[in-house]
Amino acid sequence: MSLGAHYTPYHPKWYRRRVSVWWWLQTWSYTRFVLRELTSVFVALFAVVLLWHIWALELGPEAYARLLVRLGTPLFVVLHGVAFVFVLFHSITWFNLAPKAMVVRLRGKRMPDWVVVGSNYAAWLVLSLAVAVILLRR
Amino acid sequence: MPATVALAVARYRPEEEPAPTLQTYEVPFREDWVVLDALNYIKDRLDGSLSFRWSCRMGVCGSCGMKVNGTPVLTCAAFLSEHLPGPIRVEPLDYFPVVRDLVVDLSDFMRKLKKVKPWILREEEKPLAEGEYRQTPDQLDAYKQFSMCINCMLCYSACPIYGLEPSFIGPAAIALAQRYNMDSRDQGARERLEILSGYDGIWQCTFVGECTKVCPKNVDPAGAIQQYKLTSAVHWLKTLLPWGAR
Repeated sequence: MSLGAHYTPYHPKWYRRRVSVWWWLQTWSYTRFVLRELTSVFVALFAVVLLWHIWALELGPEAYARLLVRLGTPLFVVLHGVAFVFVLFHSITWFNLAPKAMVVRLRGKRMPDWVVVGSNYAAWLVLSLAVAVILLRR
Repeated sequence: MPATVALAVARYRPEEEPAPTLQTYEVPFREDWVVLDALNYIKDRLDGSLSFRWSCRMGVCGSCGMKVNGTPVLTCAAFLSEHLPGPIRVEPLDYFPVVRDLVVDLSDFMRKLKKVKPWILREEEKPLAEGEYRQTPDQLDAYKQFSMCINCMLCYSACPIYGLEPSFIGPAAIALAQRYNMDSRDQGARERLEILSGYDGIWQCTFVGECTKVCPKNVDPAGAIQQYKLTSAVHWLKTLLPWGAR
């Protein structure tokens, strides 16, 4: 904001409203934005759990079995449920924002937004199916 | 349809009160009236001391931006009928210092706009005799959307980042910088990079996306910023390469 504003008879006495700490509760779109930012915590949590898996695998079959038992406790199941909802929210909101950041031009013409969003979802579906096939093959 | 509608208008008279207050006026309701018409009715018939900016009445000049029921809009395009029943709350744009009533001071934006050099920069001007810089319709199309900005400041008022980090260059200034970066006649992208990729530039933006939603001209400043983030990141990666240009 403008610096060096002083009230003199020849200078306006500006009023500056302070931004409330609760600004993110003012409208649903701000709240949704903050929730989207918070999803990063849960994405990180998933990454940590994955690293935990690898670490337990390295320690041996008993350690891995202990990890699986621990992950099966109600606390971890609930935590994973909540984290899953947030990660889903993360993915969907970011996919929907993709056409803003990515302008795809084909023969000089800008591709409509739904093409960019659609290809993101398609890639998601294909990759998820590939992972499912690999995991369920046995 | 009601015969009248109430407008709760923010008043701030710096010589009389330390902070803004709301004053309610009852104005006739007409189907074809916008909030700006109601404000002009108040000014003409009810209270000549009310201050607000306006000029063209048709969404071109960008002067009459205010918050109506909490949302930044051009008051010349906000129909009373869309905000029934009253009272319709009319306030000055957020995050700018209020000079009086609904008038805010925009010098901060003006300074920032100048910083991003929103004009065509050439390494070397070609002589006049060689004619104009030509452009194909596709080349025009690449930046046209960003050139529609009317500096109405609705995007700044919708941006919580600008509120929290007042040094942020902000949506419109970045979109206008991008308007020139994307222009095939311009060669100033490198010159603008320093300010746009600097501390107060694009990386302050966390993609709230509200700037694009409130833009009356579909400029899509949020898009401009995200696209520039990609450009800037690619440029930074190139500087890491031994053969990359610094």
